[in-house]
Parts: sequence; C-alpha cells; structure tokens
Amino acid sequence: MSTRELTCINCPLGCALTVTTENGSVTSVTGNTCPRGDAYARKEVTNPTRIVTSTVRVAGGVCPMVNVKTATDIPKDKIFACTASLKNVIVQAPVAIGDVILTNVADTGVDIIAARNIAAK
Amino acid sequence: MKNYDLVIVGGGPAGLAAAVSARDNGIESILILERDKELGGILNQCIHNGFGLHTFKEELTGPEYAARFIDQAAERNISYKLNTMVMDIAVMDSGEKKVTAMNREDGMFELCAKAVILAMGCRERSRGALNIPGYRPAGIYSAGTAQRLVNMEGYMPGREVVILGSGDIGLIMARRMTLEGATVKVVAELMPYSGGLKRNIVQCLDDFNIPLKLSHTVIDIEGKDRVEAVTIAEVGADRKPVPGTEERYTCDTLLLSCGLIPENELSKNAGVSISPVTSGPVVNDSLETDVPGIFACGNVLHVHDLVDYVSQEAAVAGKNAALYIQNGSSGDARTVEIVPEGGVRYTVPKFIRPERIDDTVTVRFRVGDVYKNCAVCVYLDDELLQKKKRPVMAPGEMEQIILTKEKLGAHPDLGRIIIRIEEA
Repeated sequence: MSTRELTCINCPLGCALTVTTENGSVTSVTGNTCPRGDAYARKEVTNPTRIVTSTVRVAGGVCPMVNVKTATDIPKDKIFACTASLKNVIVQAPVAIGDVILTNVADTGVDIIAARNIAAK
Repeated sequence: MKNYDLVIVGGGPAGLAAAVSARDNGIESILILERDKELGGILNQCIHNGFGLHTFKEELTGPEYAARFIDQAAERNISYKLNTMVMDIAVMDSGEKKVTAMNREDGMFELCAKAVILAMGCRERSRGALNIPGYRPAGIYSAGTAQRLVNMEGYMPGREVVILGSGDIGLIMARRMTLEGATVKVVAELMPYSGGLKRNIVQCLDDFNIPLKLSHTVIDIEGKDRVEAVTIAEVGADRKPVPGTEERYTCDTLLLSCGLIPENELSKNAGVSISPVTSGPVVNDSLETDVPGIFACGNVLHVHDLVDYVSQEAAVAGKNAALYIQNGSSGDARTVEIVPEGGVRYTVPKFIRPERIDDTVTVRFRVGDVYKNCAVCVYLDDELLQKKKRPVMAPGEMEQIILTKEKLGAHPDLGRIIIRIEEA
C-alpha cells in the first residue's frame, strides 16, 4: 500500500488530495470536496497525461520560430522525450495551423501539429 | 488629417475583439494601430494551451486564439497599421480626437477620430520598480521578455534560473525553460500565497519538482558582468527579510514575474482619470472613460487572468463606441457609483447608469486576500440585493457579478451600490 499527495486543479479551491493505491490500483481518495477531485486523483495516479507545447525553427518564414503542440494529450512521462525529439526539427514556411510537423512523437501515437500561421518570406 | 469614425490603439486580443464588435454594430470606418510587426499582441508569445475554454469551448494556444480574432477582423476587412506607435491622443474643440502616431512609411502623422478605444495592454513590473538590492549584471529579465526570447526569437536567456514572483507568466516560464534544458532552482514569492492559477502551480512547478517558496524574496544579486548567484530570504508578516533565513543559489539568470501594470501614458495625456487601485481608466457601464468618446478594454483597463474575459469586455467597448459614433454623447444620465468594501479592491465598471444599461451589466473585480467559505454581497444602499456563496476566492483570480436593469430600475432613488465580502 502506498499513498500520494496531490493538489486538485479543477477549481481554485485546490483541495489537498491523498490517494492510496495497492498493487497499482486506487483504493481510496480523500481530501476532495467534489466528485471531480476524485476523478482527477484517479487519473493522475494511474495515467497522468498532458498536452505538450513547444517551438520549432522555421526556414524561409517571416518569423524564426513556429509554436507547436501535441494533437492530444500524451503520457506525462513522455514530456521530455517529446521536447527532445523537436530539438533539431526545421520546417519550411509557409506553415498553417494544424499542419503535421512530426508524426508519432516519442512513440506515443500522437502527432505534433503547428499552432500558428507563418507566412513565407 | 485623415478621418476615421473609430481608431483603436492596440491590435492584441482587446483591440481585435473591439474592432470586430464595432463593425458588427455598424461602424465601417475603423483603423487599428499596432506597434508590433503583427497583430495578436502578447498572445503570440503565449504558446501554452488553455486559452479560449469559455469562448470556443476548447483549449487553444495563445497564437491559435489570436488567429481566430485576426481571421474575424480580416473577414470584415478591418484596416490596421503595423509597426506604428501612437504618440498622443488629444481632444479637439469639436469633441473629436486627434491621434498622433508614427511609423517608418508615413513618418509622423495625425488622424481625426470620432471615438477612440484604448487597448494598449499592460507591461511587467521591472527590477527598478521592485527595488531589489545587489549588482546590476546581465541575466536579469522580466518573465515576459524571456518568454518572447524563447518562444518567438528562439534564444535561451540562460541555463540556471531563479524566478522571483509566482505570477502566471513566471510559472509558465519555469516549465518552458525546464523543457528547453534549463534548470529552474526555485520560485520565490513575497506573499504567503501564489499570484498564479492553481493549475499552473501543479503543471508547471509540481510536475517538474521545482520548489515554490512562499513568503520569500530576493535580497541580493551577485555578479559583475553576468548574474552569478542570488540570495533569497524568508519574509515576516511585515514583508521584511528575517535574518538567519538567507539561502544562496548559484545561477546565471533571474526572471521577474512580479505583477503587471496597465500602460496608460496615452490615456493620462488625453485627460482620462486613472484609478489608483487598477492603474487603469475609471469607466462607466459603457466602458467609457470620463473623456466622452474614449473607451477602454482589456489589460489597459485592469489586468485580467483569462483572455476570454478580455474578449467579452472588448466586445462591450466596441459596441458602445459604435453607439457613441452613431448617436453622439449619451448626455446626462443618472449615475450610481459602485463602492467596493470589505475585501473587494475595485470594480470595473466604477459607475452604472441604470437607465442606460442593457438588460444586464457584468461587474468584474478582484479581492485583496485569500477568502474561504465567504460570500459576495451586493447592496443597493442598505438593502441586500444578492448574496453569492464562494468556497474560495484569491487575488489571482478575477471575480464577477451580474446586475440586472430590472433590479436597479426598481430603485429610482438609489444612492450607491456596495459590493462586499462577508461570511457565508
């Protein structure tokens, strides 16, 4: 049996949650004042995910950088692998919002897409 | 001198939404003046997601949110000038406004506008304004400057970072610098609570095991040419450093995220009265300043936490500027003051004209401390109008109440509206 302390992010209240797990499955959530806290705690402990946003370089564009994001959330422990794989990516302008920049980033099955329009110079 | 019905100063989220709203309310002749090389304002450097949850029901990055409004302005063929700095706004004898601006193509030029919307946004509190002791080496940046360098220019300002202030930009940059390979050693916050959103503390600090030290401040900066170390110390209830609590962090970069100040030099020159609490113009329910025909919206009016509220507010300013252009000054109307009390720091608007408002008017405000299990109470003179329970309120999050014309209209002798925090 192990416990983890979390801060709920669903609302400004920021309840201090205590999650107890046994063999990887959640046995109890305490400290929450609403059902959203319970759901958040279970997801955070068993399968935490995040949308990752970053930037990549642009060649021949009116701006030197274009910001990008994962098309959906990816496992939290893949965040650094995700940003590392963007390090040397250079895209050619023009770039449009939604353009796929990199497929299956860090083996997550999720694509990196552009989140900004950059016109060619 | 070229004539426009409406000149909007600033092409960020406030200016764009105001322009779209004014056009949709019948104003053809609109010009947006923007000092940067592109529209979108500060959103262009805010590459994190979470924008637009209220407006578009999805979590967009800043540039995506900006693009939605840039597209709306483009669909309506709204004119704008980039790389253009407004130097002065003056009221002429006719009541029209003379806007003096300059750029590389046109040089210095003057415009005549029937109405002006102020949408200049805000700037960050600088080291000079914070009075931090120590040397003045390179490597000290406002968090927003670092954000622009990393996200738009592609430069890393440093490798080992200490952040003073836990405003949202500081928290966001703690994560961003970490993802780009820097080590963020600590975030120090003078107040006993963070000025940032909860989700940012969890997802930007906790996710990366970056410590947040509340009730701490920077008391020394070392380094002749480049920052070499900073010393932080705990502060007491008087916010003065407590001797013996000093901790020294070696680092090459200090980021400052210590508050935002509405940028109102133009407003003051135009004769607009400024609130000492918000540092933004004092406005009525039309978001009109005390200079008829000059309106304000967005962070130049008061600093917002969510851009969605900026867009809503700007749409109100745009609509009312359109009404002013079409119908002239609203003239003398019964005006009631909103008085903030008991923990409410200010309200926007400050004045309400019960006969002139639409069916409802949104009043936004911030509280001065963290309140738990309290209620926002609205009094019409001595009579309690509404009591809204709030489990928690914090200075970092904007609050709002909605007043209805019906309720205000039932009090023809209303002297003042009081908004106060009370026990639930």
